Amino acid sequence: MLLTVASIIIVIAFLAGIHLMQSPETAVAGNRLGLAGMTAAILLVLWNTGSPSAGILLVVGGLIGFLLGQLVTMIQMPQAIALLNGLGGAASALVSSVAAAYPAGGEPVVFWFTAVLATGLGILTLVGSIVAALKLQGWLSQRPVFVPGHNFLLGLFLLTGTLSVLSTLIYPGRELIRLILPLTLVIFALYGLFLSIRVGGADMPIIISFFNSLSGLATAVTGLTVFSLLLTGVGALVGVAGMILTQIMCRAMNRNLPAVLGGIKVKPPEKEASPDRTGEAADPRERLPGILKGAQSFVIVPGYGMAVAQAQQAVKELIDALQVAGKEVKIAIHPVAGRMPGHMNVLLAEVGIPYDMLFELETINPKFKNTDLVIAVGACDVINPAANTAEGTPIYGMPILEVSQSRQVIVCNLDSNPGYSGVPNTLYQEPHTLTLWGDALETIPKLTAMIGPG
Amino acid sequence: MYPGLFISLIAAALLGYRVISSVPPLLHTPLMSGMNALSGIIVIGALTTYAASPSGARIWTGLAVIVAMINVVGGFLVTDRMLRMFHRRDEQTGELEGD
Repeated sequence: MLLTVASIIIVIAFLAGIHLMQSPETAVAGNRLGLAGMTAAILLVLWNTGSPSAGILLVVGGLIGFLLGQLVTMIQMPQAIALLNGLGGAASALVSSVAAAYPAGGEPVVFWFTAVLATGLGILTLVGSIVAALKLQGWLSQRPVFVPGHNFLLGLFLLTGTLSVLSTLIYPGRELIRLILPLTLVIFALYGLFLSIRVGGADMPIIISFFNSLSGLATAVTGLTVFSLLLTGVGALVGVAGMILTQIMCRAMNRNLPAVLGGIKVKPPEKEASPDRTGEAADPRERLPGILKGAQSFVIVPGYGMAVAQAQQAVKELIDALQVAGKEVKIAIHPVAGRMPGHMNVLLAEVGIPYDMLFELETINPKFKNTDLVIAVGACDVINPAANTAEGTPIYGMPILEVSQSRQVIVCNLDSNPGYSGVPNTLYQEPHTLTLWGDALETIPKLTAMIGPG
Repeated sequence: MYPGLFISLIAAALLGYRVISSVPPLLHTPLMSGMNALSGIIVIGALTTYAASPSGARIWTGLAVIVAMINVVGGFLVTDRMLRMFHRRDEQTGELEGD
């Protein structure tokens, strides 16, 4: 009874902590409230079970977690979080499979079903997340990898995996578990591998959010196996959070989850000949200082290309120079500007850009009409007007930042190649667009110098 | 026993949906890393299973304790690091002088 009350209080503390994350001003306190709840939960269980060797294991894990948490950089955050998703899945798979392998006797059907289900979800989360983390870290190719019959294999693994979980309803008990458990582990591991390996760089926000949700679901199901109200409650919280983020990311990328997970082929990037207008008469750069000085209202659009070029600091200096010159500057953030939900906000906060300058898609889009100059840095698909018009292309229908409605656009991208979607950017052809190809670390300081003290 | 667990699952999911939906996209990365930390709650299950498991299984349950604890500490730490970076324009000048 005491344990139940304590568990409910801890879940409520976590909910209150998340509630405090509504505003950046209270979010730090919210996170620490969560930490306090977690510490209380761990101490409570340690006190209840009283295993001294468990204390050592906690310290070992805590130290590794501390090192990981200290050493990871902001640009590496997506792979760090993917890895943590995977570890959560691993812990669920370990706990539930050991529970099933060493039963006390007399377990009900629900026990066997949830134990095998949690094992499957856990190993799926682990393998899928590790593959995603390796891709994000660049240790595996970022491009989607397809094998012959990929969709068929995914469907096969999903079907057989589901059947092996369901078989526990027909054959509950320890006789067959030694067969079902390893089978489930292998099938779901393969499913995770084949699922993640075909996801390309820009689809990463979806798959990370999805595995975040799965790690919570695995925890919740493990809670049903080991009779823990804390695990079911908190696991459900994590599962819901991941599901909400998955939905947001799918909408922002115009994808649906079954298409990403189940088998409809995501169009791989095609190298269409980019329609270059190299025959431009005068060097447009000569007009730049005039354009920059003449404009009053600015919107900066950072894309993942900016982060790849490590040009956040250069962009910050550009913004500072504009503000010193008395210009009005806003920053437009597309939901999938980074490699995971909210990634771009973190990268900009890191270089000291205040969050009240950052505007989300719905807020900023009506404002482009009254904007003198948009400067896009390393952004392509998220500003491609073809998303509104080019039916049948992968980006058709995807919500974009409507930068072409502004009076003038400067695009500072590495080259004129299409973005991840493979759809050529029609913005480049528009008469009010000026393109500056090259490394943002070189092009952006040039713009800053033009605004300069002069 | 099971009804209580299912109720807690559904109740947490419904309440969670309300609370989590109101976290702004600005903070979605720290939200997710915070969720990593919370999914470290599996450490509770790992600790009880560890205490109850026969010595042959302790390597697995012990591993689960370590892995879950990486989630707890790593998750809360990166969330804290990220959240401390967010600040408003009016707070900025003071901080810059401090640099």
